[in-house]
Amino acid sequence: MAPAAPDMVIPGIDDVIADAELHKHGTDPLADQTMVINMGPQHPSTHGVLRLVLEIDGETVVSLAPDIGYLHTGIEKTCEAKFYQQVVPMTDRVDYLCPMVNNLTYCLAVEKLLGLEIPERAQYLRVLLSELTRIQSHLVWLGTHAMDIGALTVFLYCFREREMLLRIFEGLAGQRMMTSYIRIGGVSLEPPLDFYEKVQEFLNLFPEKIQEYENLLSGNPIWINRIKGVGYLSAADAIALGVTGPPLRASGVDWDIRRDMPYSGYEKFQFKVPVATEGDVWTRYVLRMQEMRESVKIAQQALDGMPEGRITAVAPKIILPDREQMKTQMESLIHHFKIVTEGFAVPAGEVFQAVEAPHGEMGYYVVSDGTAKPYRVHMRNPGFATLQALETMCKGRLLADVVAVIGSIDIVLGEIDR
Amino acid sequence: MDAPITGAQAVFEKFPEEPAVKALSSLATDAKYDRAELTITVARENIITACQAVQKAGYNFLETVTAVDWYPSEPRFQITYHILSHSLKRRVRLIVRLSGDDAAIDSITSVWPAANFYEREVFDLFGVHFGSHPNLRRIMMPEDWNGHPLRKDYPVEGYR
Repeated sequence: MAPAAPDMVIPGIDDVIADAELHKHGTDPLADQTMVINMGPQHPSTHGVLRLVLEIDGETVVSLAPDIGYLHTGIEKTCEAKFYQQVVPMTDRVDYLCPMVNNLTYCLAVEKLLGLEIPERAQYLRVLLSELTRIQSHLVWLGTHAMDIGALTVFLYCFREREMLLRIFEGLAGQRMMTSYIRIGGVSLEPPLDFYEKVQEFLNLFPEKIQEYENLLSGNPIWINRIKGVGYLSAADAIALGVTGPPLRASGVDWDIRRDMPYSGYEKFQFKVPVATEGDVWTRYVLRMQEMRESVKIAQQALDGMPEGRITAVAPKIILPDREQMKTQMESLIHHFKIVTEGFAVPAGEVFQAVEAPHGEMGYYVVSDGTAKPYRVHMRNPGFATLQALETMCKGRLLADVVAVIGSIDIVLGEIDR
Repeated sequence: MDAPITGAQAVFEKFPEEPAVKALSSLATDAKYDRAELTITVARENIITACQAVQKAGYNFLETVTAVDWYPSEPRFQITYHILSHSLKRRVRLIVRLSGDDAAIDSITSVWPAANFYEREVFDLFGVHFGSHPNLRRIMMPEDWNGHPLRKDYPVEGYR
């Protein structure tokens, strides 16, 4: 076994390029000439901050090395310096397209450590918002994926519907993207009176909009030729490389945490998990479209069955008291003061909580040493693992296919770099 | 909340039929069942054997590899592996403890290629070395970065 830190030699990305340049294949020296190019970090299809070091032979991809870290925020380290409740707004910023799901995963993990019982109404609200967030996130995926391939109209249409959802979130939480709505022990506020009406309006409207996107894309020869049969990933490779979510199900693995290891009351909802076996970009597209339809069904069930009752658990030393109570009851004021200034101690232990996020499995590993600050928070984000499968999906394909494949794994660098 | 069950013998007696328990009964040095999560500790030289054993027992999917720094306690580092079984719908957590002076362990990329990025992350942010890793280089921080930010003796706001 090699010696440990601190005197270890750390090779750099330049070595990747050197390795790639040395990459030889065949015996004819003239046939060996491959070229190393950088795609990103500013290339539009790499969504901002992903750099791919590609070795290409003509237009064929010989090898591909993702170079990440441009967006590294040190969020896991920062979590260790915050009280448990102060970590919730940080989780919004991890995968900024599905803040509610991030909030939920973290809160479920801490609630597991605390042994808190969450009221049914809060659970239904959490499910409803998770599904609306899934639709919102899939709309960004569809819009940008189609735009990467050259279809601008779909992008505009998707953002039009996404805007409706962001307005609903804004009315609910006061924020469009960084909502921090789901809190340890429940949710932060009772929804405003027009919330249910607006959600219903969206759910009535949205199925025909999905049809509209499909009318634009599914029969479009450019779209079909660019994505059908491209970026194949087998079920065995997907499992070996840690791929989750729609790319895993598109490769034929029938696995959805909402159904198979239910959390937050998902076992009460009826929905289908779309699965296909082709494992290409087209299948991932079709699957996500079906998922949006299923999300509409789940959201409708949550809306119809929304129970009455509390939106937070009964735990005065953990959950901030009601504003009105605070003005009239000394004890509530003390609890409020203590939670804000000292936080609350969480029993020592370690838990791992995973949920089915729009991009795949999102997990939080939270370690408590019995104090008011988490000892360690590790985020298992779907994109980080799926990115490892990029080379498998792109090897031997054309350079232009890389763009289609990146779009199909629905990349969010905030969750990958952390 | 049920009281945790601690100690390898107590856990193994409680869950004799659990596939991970059966697979690791000879390798485990400690075990814990807490908040409905099973944790099994193995010695560092056995990590690859342990991973192969649980993989054979049906735990087919590696979810994450990460570390916890218990500085200044010894053994300082805890390497944590979360492994999921799609067929059993259960997960098991494997733990290896490493001393601060010799923070090195074998890579499990031969069992699950998915460990590649995760081990690089642990190497980068904790400075733990993974033997036989195919591409052990920094993943988040710049190559010339000084220190390993997720170590507990590294200040939250950095050295600068």
